[in-house]
Amino acid sequence: MSNKIETIDVNLHYGDFHALKDISLGIPENSVTALIGPSGCGKSTYLRLFNRMNDLIPETRITGKVLLDGENIYKIKANKIDALRRNVGMVFQKPNPFPKSIFENVAYGLRVNGITDKSFIEGQVEKTLHQAALWDEVKDKLKKSAFELSGGQQQRLCIARALAIEPSIILMDEPASALDPISTGKIEDLIFELKAQYTIVIVTHNMQQAGRVSDYTGFFYLGSLIEFGKTRKIFTNPSKQETENYISGRFG
Amino acid sequence: MRLRKITEPVFERLIKICGYSSGFIVLLIVIFLFKEGISFFNLSPVDEGSMLWVHNSNSVQELDAAQIKDIFDQKINNWQTVGGKDLPIRLFTLDEVGKAFTAEQLGPKFEYLPKCIDSYMDSLPGAIGFFPEKQTAGLLKSAKAVEVDKVSFSSFISDTEWFPTSRPAARMGIMPLLLGTLLVSFFAILIALPLGLAASIYLAEIADERVRKILKPVIELLAGIPSVVYGFFGLVVIVPFVQNAFNLPVGETALAGSIVLAIMALPTIITVSEDALRTTPRAMKEASLALGASKWQTIRKVIVPYAASGITAAAILGIGRAIGETMAALMVTGNSAIMPHSLLQPVRTIPATIAAELGEAPFGGLHFKALFALGCILFIITLIINLLVERVSAKRR
Repeated sequence: MSNKIETIDVNLHYGDFHALKDISLGIPENSVTALIGPSGCGKSTYLRLFNRMNDLIPETRITGKVLLDGENIYKIKANKIDALRRNVGMVFQKPNPFPKSIFENVAYGLRVNGITDKSFIEGQVEKTLHQAALWDEVKDKLKKSAFELSGGQQQRLCIARALAIEPSIILMDEPASALDPISTGKIEDLIFELKAQYTIVIVTHNMQQAGRVSDYTGFFYLGSLIEFGKTRKIFTNPSKQETENYISGRFG
Repeated sequence: MRLRKITEPVFERLIKICGYSSGFIVLLIVIFLFKEGISFFNLSPVDEGSMLWVHNSNSVQELDAAQIKDIFDQKINNWQTVGGKDLPIRLFTLDEVGKAFTAEQLGPKFEYLPKCIDSYMDSLPGAIGFFPEKQTAGLLKSAKAVEVDKVSFSSFISDTEWFPTSRPAARMGIMPLLLGTLLVSFFAILIALPLGLAASIYLAEIADERVRKILKPVIELLAGIPSVVYGFFGLVVIVPFVQNAFNLPVGETALAGSIVLAIMALPTIITVSEDALRTTPRAMKEASLALGASKWQTIRKVIVPYAASGITAAAILGIGRAIGETMAALMVTGNSAIMPHSLLQPVRTIPATIAAELGEAPFGGLHFKALFALGCILFIITLIINLLVERVSAKRR
């Protein structure tokens, strides 16, 4: 399987803080890659490299290469960043729907990208709400505010919102950490179904979750990538001592 | 431990008392204002202790304040105009009586004055006179008192003339003041809101941290400048500018007032809406950017809608400042209480009127109470605006 994303010797500094240290890693296409590690280890920062979300934080310096389909996304022109982000969807830690209706939340990405065809938008909204396993719950109240949904429903709405513009990569930053077990289960089922079409990178705190949903796992510690490999191998037979300590719950 | 058991309820009670008393004080202010203001209605516009007299044969029974003023200004010269017979109006004063009769006839202590008035009046069928009640009431046989319409709420609102010190009858029409206030405030907010919103978006989303750190305190400082200083600035800068730009005889116009009030309202609008814009969660902004929206799309479609209620609050505060502003308005609007027809004309606002006239109005008199009634109107206007905006922003959410 080829690598969809590849980073080569990436270093990232927030002011004086060295947040990512010499990270080289390839993320395979149409698979689920989990990034695990204790708080502050840099896994979320690493995830946010891929859609250049770190650009929003002042005093960030990045060196090294981040290749997406072979192209260094830190060398593209500033006006191409919007296009990059269209290709790389993101689901955040806490559900963050817009203060708009359910329909408008999903349609937002289409509208800001200049799509005005009403029937296409309607079709896309319905399709992605089906994909996100939310359609049956919201089909009668598409005009209602997204804030009326439960936390789990809101998060699935955010996933539908990310899917609506048809990205090829979906980044998930602890997507289930604010949710109850049942909602978490639904999100995990969803991830499982989506991986046929998308390359998914998921940051998680939850060891069992990483074990359940991912094909590959990377373990981060203090800004460095300690180990990367097939999830089964990392969880059953890690080659580094730190990985084993973390996975067996000795720290973190 | 025991001490805390005693002190905590004491503090709780103290705080409760503070809360109740401040609420009570606000209530007292409103009650006092309205008590004085409402007592203004159903007063006679004629000075207390004076009466208007006409000849017995005159068929006119009643006059209103406007007619009386026109008669004494000699704009109305014939009784026909006010519903009487075709007879020229003859204004008739006490001085005239004093000249027409000898000191002997008047009596050493003017005790025969009413009699003299009576006989003089008898010879003038078209006469109208304005005399102290003491020397005339019940003593004149040749004349009868004219009924004067009381000041009613509807005439107070709809009358277009404001001459509170005109005699014998004051004209208390607040229409020109009301329109002046609304005109000046409306255009002030029309200028200030877009500018303020743009500035707050710049500060909250576009300016880099260094610029923001300088600009924000400077703008906040502007809010603390006393309004007299703004008035000066207006007089020296805005008024000549307006005068030259539009080639006007005087620069003290509604437009100058609007500009000065807009400048005064700006800091409030900017600070409040900037704070509101900054409350937009970062996650919301990131979600929008992550979907490929540009910065500007994110501002327009996510950040501004999210901060809508805060921006509305900023607008209310701005309108409140513009409507209630006294000193600056007094200094730059020209203060002529006439019906405004354009922005390039002097106007007078309600607060400026109260400030300018309260000092010369006799305490407890008609004029004094009229100013309180004006205060009530101002209070009601701001109340309505606040309720309206409250409802609008509630609907949005």
